Amino acid sequence: MKLKLKIWRQEDAQAKGGFQNYDVDGIDGDMSFLEMLDVLNNNLVNEGIEPIEFDHDCREGICGSCSLQINGEPHGPDRRITTCQLHMRKFKDGDEIVIEPFRAKAFPVVKDLVIDRSAFDRIQHAGGYISVNTSGNTQDANSIPIEKQNADDSFYAATCIGCGACVAACKNASAMLFTSAKVSQFALLPQGEVEAHERVISMVNQMDKEGFGNCTNTGACYVECPKGISLENIARLNREYLSASVFS
Amino acid sequence: MSVLESKIPEGPIEKKWTKHKNEINLVNPANKRNIDIIVVGTGLAGGSAAATLAELGYNVKTFCFQDSPRRAHSIAAQGGINASKNYQGDGDSDYRLFYDTVKGGDYRSREANVYRLAEVSSNIIDQCVAQGVPFAREYGGLLDNRSFGGVLVSRTFYAKGQTGQQLLLGAYSAMNRQINRGKIQSFNRHEMMDLVLVDGKARGIIARNLVTGEIERHSAHAVVLASGGYGNVFYLSTNAMGSNVMAAWRAHRKGAFFANPCFTQIHPTCIPVSGDLQSKLTLMSESLRNDGRIWVPKHEKDAKAIREGKLKPTEIAEEDRDYYLERRYPAFGNLVPRDVASRAAKERCDAGYGVNKTGQAVYLDFKAAIERYGKEKAFTSGHKNPSKEEIIKLGEEVVESKYGNLFEMYEKITDQNPYKTPMMIFPAVHYTMGGLWVDYNLMTTIPGCYAAGEANFSDHGANRLGASALMQGLADGYFVLPYTIGDYLAEDIRTGAISTETEEFEAAEKDVKDRIQRLFDAKGKNPVDYYHKKLGKIMWDKCGMSRNAKELQEAMEEIKELRDDFWANVRVTGKAETKNAELEKAGRVADFLELGELFAKDALERNESCGGHFREEYQTEDGEALRDDENFRFVSAWEYVGNPRDAKLHKEQLEFENIELKTRSYK
Repeated sequence: MKLKLKIWRQEDAQAKGGFQNYDVDGIDGDMSFLEMLDVLNNNLVNEGIEPIEFDHDCREGICGSCSLQINGEPHGPDRRITTCQLHMRKFKDGDEIVIEPFRAKAFPVVKDLVIDRSAFDRIQHAGGYISVNTSGNTQDANSIPIEKQNADDSFYAATCIGCGACVAACKNASAMLFTSAKVSQFALLPQGEVEAHERVISMVNQMDKEGFGNCTNTGACYVECPKGISLENIARLNREYLSASVFS
Repeated sequence: MSVLESKIPEGPIEKKWTKHKNEINLVNPANKRNIDIIVVGTGLAGGSAAATLAELGYNVKTFCFQDSPRRAHSIAAQGGINASKNYQGDGDSDYRLFYDTVKGGDYRSREANVYRLAEVSSNIIDQCVAQGVPFAREYGGLLDNRSFGGVLVSRTFYAKGQTGQQLLLGAYSAMNRQINRGKIQSFNRHEMMDLVLVDGKARGIIARNLVTGEIERHSAHAVVLASGGYGNVFYLSTNAMGSNVMAAWRAHRKGAFFANPCFTQIHPTCIPVSGDLQSKLTLMSESLRNDGRIWVPKHEKDAKAIREGKLKPTEIAEEDRDYYLERRYPAFGNLVPRDVASRAAKERCDAGYGVNKTGQAVYLDFKAAIERYGKEKAFTSGHKNPSKEEIIKLGEEVVESKYGNLFEMYEKITDQNPYKTPMMIFPAVHYTMGGLWVDYNLMTTIPGCYAAGEANFSDHGANRLGASALMQGLADGYFVLPYTIGDYLAEDIRTGAISTETEEFEAAEKDVKDRIQRLFDAKGKNPVDYYHKKLGKIMWDKCGMSRNAKELQEAMEEIKELRDDFWANVRVTGKAETKNAELEKAGRVADFLELGELFAKDALERNESCGGHFREEYQTEDGEALRDDENFRFVSAWEYVGNPRDAKLHKEQLEFENIELKTRSYK
C-alpha cells in the first residue's frame, strides 16, 4: 500500500519544529509500523536526506523505548500494544498518517520524534526500590508466603514499561498511572511495606517537581496504556499518600 | 604454559568458591571510596554489578545506549530463571544444576565456573524476592516453578512471560537506590566507543554522548563490560535493534581475547520470517514447550497442500501428524535442549515438510494441553461429566493464565489465534555463548577489564539451557564480580584518581574521532542497513544452523569483500555533532563486519560438532552432533593481530574432573 505521512521534524531541543510531508510506497500489512518508518528512512538516506529519528529497541513491546503519537493517539489506533507491535494491516492504501512525539512539558523533544523521559527515572530514583543490600545475605525466598492475589496484583502493576503513553494520553500530562504502578508493586508486598510511607511521599513529590500535571480521573491513561495498568493503582496511591500524610 | 591462566582455585569443586572468597584480597571500606569503576551496559549483569559495587562503597559510573538503564535487552527475556532450590522436592541439587548445564553445553564449558553458578543460584531467588520481584506463586503463597528444556526437574522460577522484565526492574531499582545515594552516576544515551589502556591496564573509556555527539573521556580503576551478546551479526535475531558488539570488540582490539565466537544459540521457537523488510524476530518462550507439542505433517503432500493454502492444520488427523521430537527423543520429547530442537526443525523443513508459505516453519500445538487442563479444571471444580465445549473453554482459560501474554503477542504479529489453530514457529538467532575470554575472576586478558553476563564466554559451553542466561547475568553481577574485583583493586588503593589528561586518552579519543570521520568521508551510495542485511544473509546461510568447511571459507571471503565495500561506499547522513541514529548504526555494523569474519574462522577451525555448532562433516549416522573430545576439548581464545582472519588462536584445555565426558543423549 501507499501512504501519506505527516511527520514532526525538529532539529534539537531548542529548535522550532514543524510537520513535513512524505510519501511511502510498497508497504505490506504484515510489516510493523516501525518497519514502515525504516523503509521511509532508507528512502531518505538514498536521497541524501537526514532520516527521521525515533526511539525503538526491542521491537517486541517490552523495553518501552518506542513512543509516537499516531493520528492523535499514543502508540496508534490499536489497543494494548506499543508502536513497535502496531501492524500496517490496521491501515489501508491511501491513508494519511500524522506522526508526532509524545507531548508533555516534562518530556522535552530531543530530536524529531525522540523525547527525553528521564523524569520517569528521577521519580524512580526518589523511592522506587526496597532498601535491601544486594550482596546476598537475605532470608530464604519462601520464608514469607505471599497471598497469590497480592503477588499477582503486584506483578500486574510491575509490568509497566515506562513508555509514557499515560502522560501523552492525559489532558493534564499527569504521571499518576506510572507512579502509582510503582508505588503499588511495592505496597502490595510485605517486603515493601516497611518503607511504604516514605516511598509514596518521595515519589509523589518528585513527580510534582518534574512538572507533570494533576490527575482528574478521566481514565484516558488506562485506555491508552499498552500494558493495561489498572486505575486501581491510582486509587491505591491516593490511599497510601493519604495514610502517609496523616501518620508521618 | 599457555598465556591463558584460568585461575581456577585448587580443591574439591564444591569448596572452590568458598575457599577462593576466603583467600582473595579485600579492599577496606574507606579505601573503596577512592576507587572508581566503570560499568558498560545496564542489563541484568551490568545493572546488578553496578548496584552491588556501589553498595560496597566504590564510585560507579554506568553507561548505556538506551535512554534509561531499565530498557536494556535483558528486559525481553520471557520464560524464567533457574535455581537449585529444590522447592518441588524432585531431587534437584547444586550438583544436578551444574551437571545439566555442563551436559547441555555439550562439555565445552569450564567446570569450576559452572559449579559456582549453580552454587549461588538459590541466593539469587532470595535476593530478588527481598527486592520485591513479584515471582509467580501458588495458592499457598509459596513460589511456583516450571520446567525448561534439557532437564528433568522443575527448577525454573518465573513471572508469567515477563521474567526478564521483572528481574531487570529489580536490578534497576537496586541501581536507583544507589543513584539516589550519589554512589552511581548513570550516563544514559551514551555509547562506549573505545577502551583506554594505561600501562597495559584498563583505565577508562571513550564514550559518545548520543544526544550531543560529544566525545567524552571517562577514567576508572577498572572497567566492567556487561554489554551483552552479538547475535545481531545475523541482522535478523531476537536481540534488540541496538544490541551490538562494539564495547566487547573494541576491548578485543585492545588485547582482550575473544572466545568461541562461533558458539551461537539458534532458538527453536520464534515466529517465522514473514517478509524481506522485516527488522527483527520475536521469540515465543521456551516455556511453551512445557505444554505445546511440536509437529509437521507426516505426509509431504499434506505439507504441500498447507503451503498452498488448500489445507488447514486443524484438518490433519492425529495419525497423520509427525511429532518428530517425541518420535526421535522419547525421553525428553518436546523438552530437548534448544540446539537439538532447532536442528530437528531444520531437518524436517529441509526434507520438505515445512508448513508456511516459505516452507520454513513447524507447528507448536496446544490442543492436547487445552484438553488436559480443561478436564482437570472441570474435575476440580466439581464437573465430573463435562462436555467437550466446557473442557475446551476451561482449558483455554488455564492456558491463558499461564501464557496469556505470549499468545497475545503471537496474535498481534501474525493475526492468527493460537488457541484455535497451532502456532507456527521456526528457529532464530537468540543468544551467543561465545564472548570475551575471562578467568575465574571474570577478568579478561586485559588487567582491570572484566566481562560479565552474555558478554563473556564462561558458563554455557556450546549451548545454553533455557532460563540460564538470567541466572548467569545476576550471578555474575550480584555475587561473583563484586568479590573478585576486589582482589585486583586491592593493589590500587594508593593509585588515586586516574587523570584523563594523558596521552593514552588523547590517542584513544583521536582514534574514535578519526573513525567517525572516515564513516562520513565514505559518502557512498548505500545505507548502513544495506550492509547489515547482506552480512546477516551470509551469516545465516553459511554460518547458521549447519556449517561446512567450503561455505565457511566462502563466508570469510564474502565478509571481507563486504567490509571493504562498506568502508568505501557506505552513506552516513547528518552530522557527528547531533543525535544521529545512522551514525550509531554505522559504527556498530563496522564492528560486526570484523566479528563476522572471526566467527566464520572459528567455526572453520573447530573440526567437530558440539552444541549449537554443527559441522555437516562431523555427524553420527542418525544426524546427531559428533564431538571430538580428543582434539577439541578446549576453549578457542582469539588474539587480535590486525585482521580478523589472521587472529591468533590460544587454547584453554578443559578438564572434566567431576563429570564424565559422554555423548549427549536425550533419547
